[in-house]
Amino acid sequence: MKLNLTKVVNGCRLGKIKNLGKTGDRTMDIPGCLLYTKAGSAPHLTHHTLHKIHGVPAMAQLTLSSLAEHHEVLAEYKEGVGKFIGMPESLLYCSLHDPVSPCPAGYVTNKSVSVWGVGGRVEMTASKFMAIQQALQPDWFQCISDGEATCNEATSVKRARKSVDRSLLFLDNCLKLQEESEVLQKSSIIGVIEGGDVTEERLRSARETAKRPVGGFLLDGFQGNPATLETRLHLLSSVTAELPEDKPRLICGVSRPDEVLECIERGVDLFESFFPYQVTERGCALTFSFDYQPNPEETLLQQNGTQEEIKYVDQTKKSKTTSCNQEMTSFEINLKEKKYQEDFSPLVRGCSCYCCKNHTRAYIHHLLVTNELLAGVLLMMHNFEHYFGFFHSIREALKSDRLAQLKDLICRQAS
Amino acid sequence: MAAAASQTSLESAPRIMRLVAECSRSRARAGELRLPHGPVATPVFMPVGTQATMKGVTAEQLDALGCRICLGNTYHLGLRPGPELIQKAQGLHGFMNWPHNLLTDSGGFQMVSLVSLSEVTEEGVRFRSPYDGDETLLSPERSVEIQNALGSDIIMQLDDVVSSTVTGPRVEEAMYRSIRWLDRCIAAHRRPDKQNLFAIIQGGLDADLRATCLEEMTKRDVPGFAIGGLSGGESKGEFWRMVALSTSRLPKDKPRYLMGVGYATDLVVCVALGCDMFDCVFPTRTARFGSALVPTGNLQLKKKQYEKDFRPIDPECDCPTCQKHSRAFLHTLLHSDNTAALHHLTIHNIAYQLRLMSAVRASIVEKRFPAFVRDFMNTMYGDPTLCPTWATEALASVGITLG
Repeated sequence: MKLNLTKVVNGCRLGKIKNLGKTGDRTMDIPGCLLYTKAGSAPHLTHHTLHKIHGVPAMAQLTLSSLAEHHEVLAEYKEGVGKFIGMPESLLYCSLHDPVSPCPAGYVTNKSVSVWGVGGRVEMTASKFMAIQQALQPDWFQCISDGEATCNEATSVKRARKSVDRSLLFLDNCLKLQEESEVLQKSSIIGVIEGGDVTEERLRSARETAKRPVGGFLLDGFQGNPATLETRLHLLSSVTAELPEDKPRLICGVSRPDEVLECIERGVDLFESFFPYQVTERGCALTFSFDYQPNPEETLLQQNGTQEEIKYVDQTKKSKTTSCNQEMTSFEINLKEKKYQEDFSPLVRGCSCYCCKNHTRAYIHHLLVTNELLAGVLLMMHNFEHYFGFFHSIREALKSDRLAQLKDLICRQAS
Repeated sequence: MAAAASQTSLESAPRIMRLVAECSRSRARAGELRLPHGPVATPVFMPVGTQATMKGVTAEQLDALGCRICLGNTYHLGLRPGPELIQKAQGLHGFMNWPHNLLTDSGGFQMVSLVSLSEVTEEGVRFRSPYDGDETLLSPERSVEIQNALGSDIIMQLDDVVSSTVTGPRVEEAMYRSIRWLDRCIAAHRRPDKQNLFAIIQGGLDADLRATCLEEMTKRDVPGFAIGGLSGGESKGEFWRMVALSTSRLPKDKPRYLMGVGYATDLVVCVALGCDMFDCVFPTRTARFGSALVPTGNLQLKKKQYEKDFRPIDPECDCPTCQKHSRAFLHTLLHSDNTAALHHLTIHNIAYQLRLMSAVRASIVEKRFPAFVRDFMNTMYGDPTLCPTWATEALASVGITLG
């Protein structure tokens, strides 16, 4: 694998990762995102409906939390998780956890890390973890790490140090086991940067991890609510400054459009795409504009449209912060609202997704009100396409030095 | 007493069915329905999409499976989103963006399925809405009015439906009332040129009552007839006899729609008895419980025995699910909360039903239907002695012997 940077503008990296995949001929654009999956499948979508979406990323994210308990099945299957899930053509990245479902803290030890599946906790030592990866054979996989330094309010330096030490030990063990595995020679381990909110520990983690032969880096522990990310942005810059330029930087738990841009400005390359899924689960559709250079007439129309909708959005929907019932953002509209009952326009005018080309807001509203399964299917198709389109616009903006305009547009909609 | 046939609002109904082939031994027929949204080959199985959606399957996926007619339900759609809205959306076709044919049930069946929420009088059925407690009266006129707004290609009369396990005078009352309601539906129907109104034969499990109903209703010149009031809790022995009685007295040149039938064996036997159209929630509903239909019965894919079964559901099946996925993967997915699992099975089960009907039709056209039936039963049951008695008897009654 080879990362070629086309340009770096204000800390933002634009480029391509080449020679990916088992046959070494696949490419990925950065900045970019990974297709979010649950139990090896895009949420709500079959192969057919997934492939109706334009701009699906070359790499999909699988979660060990949904797959670890099926380790035996995959081992017996032998041909790798890509083929098992019916996505043999896709690049695959295996993360530890599902970004949407937070897992209980307190289960990391010096010798093991745990993930939570449908059947309960799966504890993994380095050996067990690597045995599972041998059965999965993903292109990239996140190394087991201690991600709990940021779990409690006040991170002690001691706890932060422990998270770094443990993670490095796990990494070294796993790298060693990888050397001994023929089947994993084509897979890349992604080293995890830990260290909580303690700058020194974060820098140590970055420098030490960078010394190892990892394929890339995962910036862990920056997730949370929007406020927590903001306080960590400075730390993020410091961390990425320590990382080599020629390896990709992934971040977990960050998926909102405004947060994505903040992180790209601080040297992050790849993101998870769970945000469109969360939007889908609350019966909403992404409508934010990423058209940073519209024609003047369109601007007027769209601005009026956007403003109208922002007006109606409930500003403070303080629902419980369960994984999907987070507050609705101003990047979306809530199709359950009565005003969409007779709205025969598409979710987003001009959107070329299957849902917008074939259905109306009124229909989606009806499906949601009657609790029909098709609501999730159609919303997921739209929300993914819209989100992937956003990433495309980021790359285009970087190419033409217009990221500031895009950022401005997104921030105006992020109220 | 039955009302005199009311022909004034309905001139000679269009002959929408063209017979292509008939089995020389049994009563099976192959044909083609000519409907406003395109032709439909018969015998046909119609999947049920109650609330303007085929559950998690998109209109495009349903079209790709070869489905050319499916069902919507007047009772549900009449409540949500309501006929006025659907009319604004260019009818049910426009609202759900389905380019092919639609058949809407009248709301009659809900009288049975939602019996605790309903009350029947000569006027109509009074329903209490489970959603907001509001009361609605579904009369023959109102049912037809809603269906006119929905714009479905085939609409059903409102019938007085009684559970097949009910006996006594109520059955007779319902039968005669259904005839009167048929006439009221015919009179109220505002779009006979665009929508085909079918009558529904009632009479429960009483041969005399059913015969009377047949005699009266066939005097009305409607484009098609449905056989109703069956496929409830009755014994299969009684069931097939009523179906056979009905098909023996229905005109040959009009389609026979047997309502609520969808199990594979039932479909094959009832085709032999002379039925052309079928609907049932079973295949799509059972999919959502993790059950995949196969020629030998069904696979309960959530069960542990499929955990490491790397074969597709059916190696002979050409549906997208079987082309791409193994039982083992579906098993895994069914144990997650990803709804995609349900959609994979819904697609497969619909494909199974449509392919079965296609195979039945081909065998009739190619004059080998009896052999097809024997083959089908053999695959499903193994030994002829293991075939359900009622099916053996029913088939024998139309000249098809097994084993």
